[in-house]
Amino acid sequence: MGFWDVFGIWLASALTIGIISFLYRDNIFYKACEAIFIGTSAGYWFIILYWDNLYRKFWTQATDPTNPEWYVPWFGFVLGVLILTRLFNKIGWLSRWPLAFIVGAVAGLYMMIYFVSNAMVQVSSTIMPVFTGSWVDIIANTTVVLGTFCGLVYFFFSKAHTGVFGGAARVGIWFLMITFGASFGYTVMSRMSLMIGRIDFLFGTWLGMIR
Amino acid sequence: MLSFPVTGQVIDTVKAVPDSELVVVAPVTSLIAADHKYDDGKMIDLSWVPSIDDRLVEGNVMGYKVYRIEGDSEPETIAELAPGSNAYNDQSVERGKLYSYFVSALSSNAETPSIRTAPIQPQREWLNIELINVLIMALVLGGAVIYFIETARRGKKLFVRKIAGLEAVDDAIGRATEMGRPILFIPGILDMDDVQTLAALTILGRITRVIADYDTKIFMPVSRSLVMTAGRETIKASYQAAGRPDAYSDDMVTYITDEQFGYVAAVDGIMVRERPATVFLLGAFFAESLILAETGNSVGAIQIAGTARPAQLPFFIAACDFTLIGEELFAASAYLSGEPKQMGSLKGQDVGKAIAMAAILIGVLTATIGEAWNVEWIQHITTGLRDIFSTR
Repeated sequence: MGFWDVFGIWLASALTIGIISFLYRDNIFYKACEAIFIGTSAGYWFIILYWDNLYRKFWTQATDPTNPEWYVPWFGFVLGVLILTRLFNKIGWLSRWPLAFIVGAVAGLYMMIYFVSNAMVQVSSTIMPVFTGSWVDIIANTTVVLGTFCGLVYFFFSKAHTGVFGGAARVGIWFLMITFGASFGYTVMSRMSLMIGRIDFLFGTWLGMIR
Repeated sequence: MLSFPVTGQVIDTVKAVPDSELVVVAPVTSLIAADHKYDDGKMIDLSWVPSIDDRLVEGNVMGYKVYRIEGDSEPETIAELAPGSNAYNDQSVERGKLYSYFVSALSSNAETPSIRTAPIQPQREWLNIELINVLIMALVLGGAVIYFIETARRGKKLFVRKIAGLEAVDDAIGRATEMGRPILFIPGILDMDDVQTLAALTILGRITRVIADYDTKIFMPVSRSLVMTAGRETIKASYQAAGRPDAYSDDMVTYITDEQFGYVAAVDGIMVRERPATVFLLGAFFAESLILAETGNSVGAIQIAGTARPAQLPFFIAACDFTLIGEELFAASAYLSGEPKQMGSLKGQDVGKAIAMAAILIGVLTATIGEAWNVEWIQHITTGLRDIFSTR
């Protein structure tokens, strides 16, 4: 292992311990690690965005004579320049145009995506027989239908959650909470594996206590 | 590489096999290349009649190779298909380019190419007739939204049930004001092309409209430059609406870094140093959700969270005082503002949910009865309902 490898391991260990020290309290080591992390990541992302967006997506495509849609990136470029008009008080209002374009385009695009995937497909897939087949099928299908229907009742905002409707909404929120509980346990376990990874690095790669 | 073979010209694929030992199969016939209907010009459909030597029992055809020729370039293999195949959908073409195709029938040691198709250019259609049901449903929902907006504009009060998390927003702002401590607003870590970020900024507008009156401090660290710009615009507009443009400062919204955990490290530091009385975590969150919510909890802040990401909701529910679950985040702005446009939109969406609930109820009943007693006309109703919501 060369000098720079050893140096990298020691640096990574120091930064890991510095970040973990936040669990005790805010301190100078954490502040130093935080500043290094933010500074290096901001610089890293600047370079990534420059090469990925400005160079690859804009410049190479906008100046490619074989690209029949060479003018499209220029449209984005003009919107990008308009954002910079914020720097000038008199024409700063122009920076709202690209924002309005992004918000409008996103709303329009996602409206159909979510409508199709979250509504249409969900309803179509839930239309199934519930009291046929094996016991396992009956339980599985009933759970899907009941959970979807009661979940919809919970997210129906035009009626107060009282009476039978309120009961169905309560069943809906129980379904949600059970799902969240399962998700919580699953995610906590995946985080544990991340922590084990760092412990392994500190006690294995760095200190050599784990082989 | 084949170079524009003549139809029926047998090509030795194993090489060094005497001509007498080549297993020659008949070529495919009636090869047709047609533009795929109702797409955005990125697909071409191929169909053909399989080789007459392609029989299920003791057939000599081992499969088919589909070749594509782009303009004047050399042919390239784009697919290898099993015996019996008679169609292929080429999804790797580009609009505005000319393509022609030929298909080779493969034997164990040779291949026999078909005639080459005429050049074809993929076309884009503006309307996908196969998804007309989606258009009709969208029009029904759009119509419902417009109807309710007009109803609200005429002054009719539209009912929306209580949402606990949103009832607490004013209390949370009041708490920060009384304690003289700032409010921290975290709009998630995604950019302006995510609807959750848009929903968060809409709620931000409502919150800052109130704090502008109270002169409460707000701080909003962001991880995307566009969110910074939009956040500043939102807060500025709120302060102007409150008649206090002088109280607004660009420092209220600060860009940190695009890096997920770099951003988290900074926000955690801000929480323990500034000790905000109220923390709003609204938007799209990922692995950082629990770290942020736990740190906010440790400094004693009242926390109102909301996201539509199911994997992160459990952490917010566990560590925050109030959590807006999924759709509640999107309903929040209408609920808080009571504006006719937003209320109409919310009520229109409820019409969609009512249709979905009715369809599920009727569909499940008919599917169960139809299958249990094998009643044909009831099964037709089930199929019809599925088709209405199907997107193929």
